[in-house]
Amino acid sequence: MDLTWGPAEEAFRAEARDWLAANVPAEPLPSGDTREGFARHLEWERRLFDARWAVVSWPQRYGGRDASLWEWCIFEEEYYRAGAPQRVTQNGIFLLGPTLFAFGTPAQQDRFLPKMASGEETWCQGWSEPDAGSDLAGIRSTAVRDDAASGWRLSGQKTWTTRGAFCTHLFGLFRSDPSAERHRGLTYFLVPLDTPGVTVRGFGRLDGDEGFAEVFLDEAFVSDDMILGELHEGWRVAMATTGSERGLTLRSPGRFTATADRLVELWRNLGEDASDPGLRHQVVQAVIDAEAYRLQTLATVTALTDGASPGAESSLTKVFWSELDVRLHEIALALLGTAAELEDNGWAKGHQFALSGPIYAGTNEIQRNVIAERVLGLPRR
Amino acid sequence: MRFAFTDDQLALRDAVRDLLAKECPPSEVAEAWTNATGRTTRAWEALRAMGVLDALVPEADGGLGLTVLDLVLVCEEAGRVALPEPLVEHAVVAAPVVGAGRESLTALVGAMSFVAYADTADAVLVQDDDRLLLVPAPALVLEPEPSVDHARRVFTLDWSASDAAVEVGASVACAEAIDRATLGRAAYLLGLAQHLLDATVEYASTRHQFGAPIGSFQAIKHKLADVRIALEFARPLVYRAASSIVVGDPAASVHVSMGAAQSIDAALCAARHALQCHGAIGYSYEHDLHHWMKRVWTLARAGGDASWHRERVARAILDRT
Ligand SMILES: Cc1cc2nc3c(=O)[nH]c(=O)nc-3n(C[C@H](O)[C@H](O)[C@H](O)COP(=O)(O)OP(=O)(O)OC[C@H]3O[C@@H](n4cnc5c(N)ncnc54)[C@H](O)[C@@H]3O)c2cc1C
Repeated sequence: MDLTWGPAEEAFRAEARDWLAANVPAEPLPSGDTREGFARHLEWERRLFDARWAVVSWPQRYGGRDASLWEWCIFEEEYYRAGAPQRVTQNGIFLLGPTLFAFGTPAQQDRFLPKMASGEETWCQGWSEPDAGSDLAGIRSTAVRDDAASGWRLSGQKTWTTRGAFCTHLFGLFRSDPSAERHRGLTYFLVPLDTPGVTVRGFGRLDGDEGFAEVFLDEAFVSDDMILGELHEGWRVAMATTGSERGLTLRSPGRFTATADRLVELWRNLGEDASDPGLRHQVVQAVIDAEAYRLQTLATVTALTDGASPGAESSLTKVFWSELDVRLHEIALALLGTAAELEDNGWAKGHQFALSGPIYAGTNEIQRNVIAERVLGLPRR
Repeated sequence: MRFAFTDDQLALRDAVRDLLAKECPPSEVAEAWTNATGRTTRAWEALRAMGVLDALVPEADGGLGLTVLDLVLVCEEAGRVALPEPLVEHAVVAAPVVGAGRESLTALVGAMSFVAYADTADAVLVQDDDRLLLVPAPALVLEPEPSVDHARRVFTLDWSASDAAVEVGASVACAEAIDRATLGRAAYLLGLAQHLLDATVEYASTRHQFGAPIGSFQAIKHKLADVRIALEFARPLVYRAASSIVVGDPAASVHVSMGAAQSIDAALCAARHALQCHGAIGYSYEHDLHHWMKRVWTLARAGGDASWHRERVARAILDRT
């Protein structure tokens, strides 16, 4: 066991920290879940890309640095510590990206990864449908073979699509074999949103920002080379993506240790006057939990580096970080007292977003089922 | 950066696991509940033969020259079988201060009010302000106290009248002993919690009601999932604390208290859910579940409960100017 960073990692950290200090916008950008804010965030993404910080763990030829998982953790830690903008490209870079590396053909990788990294093409995730939420295998959107055109015609409705109204592309699951049921007969498609037959309608999330979208597809044509992985094998491909979403790549510990640091600052300013003396220990416990998440990640990265592959354990992580995020914000609101009524108190928006953590990426009820059945081995119903 | 145990450390853990499976089955713990000493018949000597009791003593002085990073997993194994022996007190706390070759040591340091297994000890390591004293058995004035856990016999101790006490350590040694004691208990609690979880998963998979194993009901599943999550995010804090002690990290005491608070909470959660998921059988004195629960309830308070440790962390991270 060696919990210190080597000189190469320290140098990497210093380089990231210096660049972020010089480049992170002094004023926070408008929310990336609005049309104007999204555009401003893409300018920031472009700056990250030009300095090769957009996709540090990717190969150099796609704009990355071939960084190790360790360096990726370090970069994330510095990124959130610097208070840098939210990554509006995350669903592409952190969710589809790893899937393209694992399942994409070389041609698909060359076609999609560079523009994903630069933010020129932006991706949204098309899993959920009005009647397929937790029970994702209930997907009804269809893919019908068009032999003459060597491709597929997609029809149906996707919903809750994050930033769908601003993105250029969608990745999602469609039922390609109507005779197959549930997890079988689904195919993973890559869909340009400007394809004829695709209509996108943005709508407000809890905080009022237009961060959600519905995507309607009416015989929208995609060619064969827009299938990721094997035909009818979409479920397996998609599960690789949800593994990333629950685990390491979407929510790195740096995010929560940075929030915990902010909470400690808030305590130092307001703690003396807190109406509830128990808040002191709640703040401490939240800091301990953020630290526990950081350390658990270091153990996971060590195991992955040794060749282990991520499994159902990512569900443990998902429940923990999402509920930690809610606690961090609830404690902050309690410290703020009556100022917690206000939208601009520095925590209200974060609080509302944190509340979505236990819902998206597979609800925490579903994660607890997964933990019970696949980690603990309890019997299925 | 590397956050994992070495093959040697894992091999030692496995060897101790095998040893304890043989020498400390549940029947031995049950026996300890009612016998004269509250201890096992053979486990202590078997651990001595393996070198575990003096493992932290330098090789030149008759020990194995190991560190708490080697012993943290051993303590966890002891917790899994609810070993009724002063393993933490002797091997983790006292032997590195006192030296190798003692029969059976115990310790009273930090926020502890009671000293465990003192009537069968040949000496007790006692904290006196910021000194460590060793009080030999004949000089001990012991008052038995009725512990909730009958296989962890505890006593109040009076030594002030004795001039047989010898100073064996000053303030640094004293602070380190307190940290080691806290770490050892935290690791024990992890093992206790792991057993409570494993035993309950097994029970919930075989007990049927409404024509189905109770473990197929979500209310049961989610409780046990929560125990698994609590353990997942307690272990790394305890292991990091061990590492911080070994490398002499200035924040070691804070790290120890972080690990203690988290493992105490995880173990209390495991005990609570284990009982609820067992139903009345778990509430019965004849079932052995309570041996593990009661060890959790006592170790979770010996030397400071979770709030006590959170306050220690609070003073370090909130009150700094
Ligand atoms: C902020 C946000 C962003 C999102 N972004 C996207 C996106 O970009 N792309 C996308 O495809 N989707 C997205 N989603 C949708 C998300 O994946 C779904 O909300 C989620 O899968 C749950 O589905 P549902 O909302 O239909 O709830 P339901 O499945 O209807 O669940 C409602 C409640 O019932 C519970 N429940 C359901 N089944 C069970 C069960 N078997 N056992 C116990 N409890 C159960 C759930 O846990 C939940 O509490 C997003 C959601 C949010 C909140």
